[in-house]
Amino acid sequence: MSEQIKFTIDGKACTTEKGTNLVKAAKENGVYIPILCHLEGIKPAGSCRICNVKINGRFMTACTTDVADGMVIENITPEIQELRKIIVETLFVSGNHFCPACEKSGNCELQALGYRYQMMVPRFPYEFEEKEVDANSNKFYIDRNRCVLCKRCVRSVKSKDGRSIFAVKGRGHKAIINIDHELANQLSDEEAMEVMNTCPVGSILKKERGYVDPIGRRKYDTQPIGSEIETINV
Amino acid sequence: MNSQVQNAVEKFGKDASRLMDIFHEISHEKGFVNDDDLKQIATEVGLSKVDAEQTLSFYHFYSKKPMGKYTIYLNDSLVAQMMGRAEIADAFEKATGTKFGSVSQDGLFGLYNTSCIGMNDQEPAAIINGVIFPKITTYRVRELIREFRTGKTATEMINSFGGGQNQSSRIQAMVTNNLNRRGAVIFADYNSGEALKKIKTMDPREIIDEVKNSNLRGRGGAGFPTGLKWDFCTKSPSNERYLLCNADEGEPGTFKDRVILTEIPDLLFEGMVIAGYAINAKEGILYLRLEYHYLKNHLETVLTTMRKNGLLGENACGIDGFNYDIRIQFGAGAYICGEESALIESCEGKRGEPRNRPPFPVQVGYLNKPTVVNNVETLCSVVKIVMNGAEWYKSMGTKETSGTKLLSISGDIRYPGIFEIEWGMTIKEMLEMAGAINPKAVQVGGPSGRLIAENEFTRTICYEDLPTGGAMIVIGQQRNILDVAKNFTEFFIEESCGSCAPCRYLTVILRNKLQKIMDGKGVLKDLDELETWGKQMKKANRCGLGQTAANPILTSLENFRHDYISRIEKGKEFDTKFNLEAAIQESSRVVGRFPQV
Repeated sequence: MSEQIKFTIDGKACTTEKGTNLVKAAKENGVYIPILCHLEGIKPAGSCRICNVKINGRFMTACTTDVADGMVIENITPEIQELRKIIVETLFVSGNHFCPACEKSGNCELQALGYRYQMMVPRFPYEFEEKEVDANSNKFYIDRNRCVLCKRCVRSVKSKDGRSIFAVKGRGHKAIINIDHELANQLSDEEAMEVMNTCPVGSILKKERGYVDPIGRRKYDTQPIGSEIETINV
Repeated sequence: MNSQVQNAVEKFGKDASRLMDIFHEISHEKGFVNDDDLKQIATEVGLSKVDAEQTLSFYHFYSKKPMGKYTIYLNDSLVAQMMGRAEIADAFEKATGTKFGSVSQDGLFGLYNTSCIGMNDQEPAAIINGVIFPKITTYRVRELIREFRTGKTATEMINSFGGGQNQSSRIQAMVTNNLNRRGAVIFADYNSGEALKKIKTMDPREIIDEVKNSNLRGRGGAGFPTGLKWDFCTKSPSNERYLLCNADEGEPGTFKDRVILTEIPDLLFEGMVIAGYAINAKEGILYLRLEYHYLKNHLETVLTTMRKNGLLGENACGIDGFNYDIRIQFGAGAYICGEESALIESCEGKRGEPRNRPPFPVQVGYLNKPTVVNNVETLCSVVKIVMNGAEWYKSMGTKETSGTKLLSISGDIRYPGIFEIEWGMTIKEMLEMAGAINPKAVQVGGPSGRLIAENEFTRTICYEDLPTGGAMIVIGQQRNILDVAKNFTEFFIEESCGSCAPCRYLTVILRNKLQKIMDGKGVLKDLDELETWGKQMKKANRCGLGQTAANPILTSLENFRHDYISRIEKGKEFDTKFNLEAAIQESSRVVGRFPQV
């Protein structure tokens, strides 16, 4: 029998099994900590920073933290909410996101976070940098205008012999996601579909799939992101 | 199949964790690593091609395409700019007939900008095919390019040797050391090898305790207690441990490691042996920035001599069961690799992206084994502490900061160079010591530190008051503070690994806003926004780079607000960012009518 530990989030008493990831532990206790780069089951990256919380008074990313006994966590405070909103807005202006024309609209986690943090318009000026679309793979294409460099694809999509199909190229604000076409073409249709679903935004899209689900009947069209977790509305 | 690539891959045991060495080997030979090479390397080491390219494309000095027969990297750090870099860059462009960021049509010259190369005491400086050319003038530019056109090599264009060991036949560099002040610890006289005789009589525990008692703190800037770090490492259960020495000094304005490595590498290697013995390490790795590649033969020779004398290898220093050697790992142009976990990633052949903590490197480090990463100056100090004792060391400095510190002082001063001081000196004293000329500001600790004004010149250099990794840039009255902030902010944009979203792009947003103010288009609200947005960086990012990337803007705004105020549009509260005239220009031209405004 594994050890149960106690911790608090915004004063709410919570319990979980020792060594549980904080995002997951919060979820078990009905608390939503927003995530974007994180995906359960793959190694946390802590790169989008949206899951920033204050743990015992210090900023830490929830996705890279295992809960320890007695942890005092702040999740919803004006300071943290403001930081999250700024991150969402930064991601919007760093790419070229035209939601109404996007195949992923309604299923997009960035868009859903934009709604959640009530972003009317980003406070930062758009740069409209030119980004390349790569459609050279047989099963899907990658639209870098929409990429948020969460690296979910880099971390989770591997060939049968364990080689990375996606990887980062370059660094800083010039970094992009690169596809190994040779390996990508060996994926089955089901696997390609999974790759598309791994992408939180509309950057990796399976070919001939775009608008199968009509807009208005997609995941976040019917309920806000995080609401499936929260027992009490915020 | 390319045999050169194959040889490189086989030389490093087809080991993906030695990817940096494989790239280095091929790059060094032919100047680039192309798609075919990448594919071959990837197949041999068991990666996908994009995965191999992921590492290659991270590093400034690696390229997929030819970079010119003569690859010219001209430093674009702040001090280079202050010393007339613009004129030199212009002369290079004219003489070679190509622009920065490109290769001349005949393939002869490639011109590139590069972040600080550790030559702030003799700027403008460039690296051409691995050879350092300091104190470049326009005359020298024309001479170099003229001679290169006749086929002379970069090495043949060395026309004088710098001081001290730079004249050694194994270095022969034009670099001068400007060792302006020797102190009681690092640059004091010592007998090479004596400390290694002494550790034979000491238990590793004794050494750790001595270092702990000395209160020695990491000299890279963060100031973590060295003895404690070693202690943590030995307490992490493992059958294998590593000692990494961080010689990636990339903080613009610092060049102390360059001088240590040139003048007293044996002191550093002794420190690496002592630390290795104390934590029972399997191997020591000197992570050296590629900018210092010209020191390679010199350093390798010292290591070979140590091996010959039994100070490295099996039963090193005559200590039974202490099997320990040191190897040199080159970086390839990435400031972030000075962050200890990024340095570890780089040593493992990956992109230099900082890791998430915990676990800390002392628990899970190089090859997932407990690892200590120490600064060059820290390890040199250790040797003297072992020789003279903790009490001797503590007798120098301030209450909480023992010993001495190497300052790399550059900028508007008469005597740029290295000064070993006792902690506790005031900035004012430091300025007098280095012969500052009309100082307006001092950048303490490089771009990631603080830009201070005269009202803080009474502050004391020590952990209790004004801590620093040692980079001190003196900025004279004639300089424009916004130029300083912009140069440093662009440095962070260039050097961000790109992992954390705010560091990747908020830096660009801040720079663009700063540029707007510099262009005379800013309003008061822009200053407030710079401040509020900049403050988010500290909270938002994972590592020191991202957390401090807004410091140049934040500290210059704090201490030189009037310099900003004087540039903004007065009486305007709000700026629409919309230029009506420019927007309708094209249609006006088409219809041939222009609004009367």
